[in-house]
Amino acid sequence: MSPVLPERTTAPDSSPAPEATTAPDSSPAPEATTAPEAATAPDATTTADAAADAAPGGQPPAVRLREAVASVGGRPVLRGVDLTVRPGEVVALLGANGSGKSTTVKAVIGGVPLDRGHLELFGTPYRSFRDWRRIGYVPQRTTAAGGVPATVREVVSTGRLPQHRLLPFRRRDRAAVDRALAAVGMLDRAEDGVAGLSGGQHQRVLIARALVGEPDLLIMDEPMAGVDVASQQVLADILGREAERGCAVLLVLHELGPLEPLIDRAVVLRDGCVAHDGPPPQGVGQHALPGHDHVHPHADDHTHTRGLLA
Amino acid sequence: MIEMLQFDFMQRALVAAVLVGITAPAVGVYLVQRRQALMGDGIGHVALTGVGLGFLFQTSPVWMAVLVCVLGAVVMELVRSRGNQRGDIALAMLFYGGMACGKLLVSVSAQAGSGNLESYLWGSILTVGPEDLATIAVLAAVVVAVTFGLRRQLFAICQDEEFARVTGIPVRLLNLLLAVMAAVTVTVAMRVVGLLLVSALMVVPVAAAQQVTRSFRATQAAAVGLGITVAVLGVAGSYQADVPSGPAIVLLAIAAFALLGAVAGPLSRRRHRAAPDSGPEVCDVVLPAQSAGRDGTAPGREGASAGRDGRRESEPSAGRGLAQ
Repeated sequence: MSPVLPERTTAPDSSPAPEATTAPDSSPAPEATTAPEAATAPDATTTADAAADAAPGGQPPAVRLREAVASVGGRPVLRGVDLTVRPGEVVALLGANGSGKSTTVKAVIGGVPLDRGHLELFGTPYRSFRDWRRIGYVPQRTTAAGGVPATVREVVSTGRLPQHRLLPFRRRDRAAVDRALAAVGMLDRAEDGVAGLSGGQHQRVLIARALVGEPDLLIMDEPMAGVDVASQQVLADILGREAERGCAVLLVLHELGPLEPLIDRAVVLRDGCVAHDGPPPQGVGQHALPGHDHVHPHADDHTHTRGLLA
Repeated sequence: MIEMLQFDFMQRALVAAVLVGITAPAVGVYLVQRRQALMGDGIGHVALTGVGLGFLFQTSPVWMAVLVCVLGAVVMELVRSRGNQRGDIALAMLFYGGMACGKLLVSVSAQAGSGNLESYLWGSILTVGPEDLATIAVLAAVVVAVTFGLRRQLFAICQDEEFARVTGIPVRLLNLLLAVMAAVTVTVAMRVVGLLLVSALMVVPVAAAQQVTRSFRATQAAAVGLGITVAVLGVAGSYQADVPSGPAIVLLAIAAFALLGAVAGPLSRRRHRAAPDSGPEVCDVVLPAQSAGRDGTAPGREGASAGRDGRRESEPSAGRGLAQ
């Protein structure tokens, strides 16, 4: 459990709420919060830490990332990130562009190798983890479609590969695809080409692809980016349902927005360090105003200058 | 027309044409999916070095080409997977180095004249011997087994490589396998359409088919069907009209592309009408603000002119502000 660190920002309306964690099963308040800057301070005892991370039921956390250091293209992006996601917990990973959110997620799924640090998935060290069917991944949506047409059903079916592997695609696989498509309200578009879908519909297809394997850990990178209101509601419903059945959820978000009520814990990154780990931060500039569900269709040309997420 | 089947060489030519018609689009569909349509062309360049080595050491040029192509394709795949920014430069070195090296080796070897090299560059299907045909058949069988047997896996890595990795399938191995299959296909097709046109048979049937299909599976099946059709017709036509088979096949494939393109227009219009309206985000935001100022007639025009008026009004006032 990473310490709830004192805030660096002077934003008047940011209240980090230190130590008053309302997250259901967070570890006891840390003793050593003297480090003024972020989480480069190493955890003293990793074994005690692991015990604290375990959920009450004794299940190991779905994700346990410790002091992760990683670089992309020679540039250091993560400088010692701690991240824990337990079964049934919805964790939001927040931060400005370039703070290391997406890289953290890519490190968790093994897309970015760790230079230093330790990663466990469901209690298994990453190196010996093979149970990929337990993970459902929704990548950041790209507008570039493949060079050849593909139907919604074909794309969603690729999420079933960990189940049928080299065996033929059987009736129960097909039924799982139907269920996942129904869950996102896209069953009637199953035979349509993905190239003709809107942004929100495309996002729903990618979510269905992650759900089709009935994962125990759902990882979504910017699921709300460029998504219409109807799809936002679909997404919120799905997240609530998945968390209820015990699925661990890790969301990369640009801001909390309409998903805020679902989120148990927020981890805020700044410059590749954890700046906050606890209840979702209140009051981050105008984005915290009630009813504000500002969605960034193109997040990269937008920089906040105020607040915790700056 | 039918009497050409009496000749052994024509029988072999037609069998070879069918094999190439199946394999080239079956592999090509994955390359097009991943926007690597011209990879086959690059492998074709590299294959020339293999042919040259075959001439030099007086071994089978086809097997030498297979060896060199596989090596070249693996290098290309490694360059691609690294995502190196100078990757295209590295590929250019490989392609042109391969071609230059091939020509050099051929000219050094005393055995072959330039006419023999021509048959590899442009294809000479009528000179396919029984051993050549056996080689082509074995290689084609491997390609068909992989491209159809692993369709879901290969589709996954070409559709979204990052996601495929999270499903736990061996992405790196499958990528290499696909590169090797592309290399093998180039050598299979080398005698039929020639190294310079080999890529066309991997790409053009796929491009033609996808104008009228919606699913990947249908695209692959239709592309293979088209590939077989143009390959057989091209060989038969080249026998009848006494023209080289490779260019005949490729021109037929392009004709099929144009034909299906003409059909695709009305087809897609009908689909557009069937598809529900989507993506009104922008209009929802803009229209109410515009129609609020004026009465409801032709809101788009009115809104635009109101915007221009607004600017014209504001500019003089800004000027006055500066003057005062």
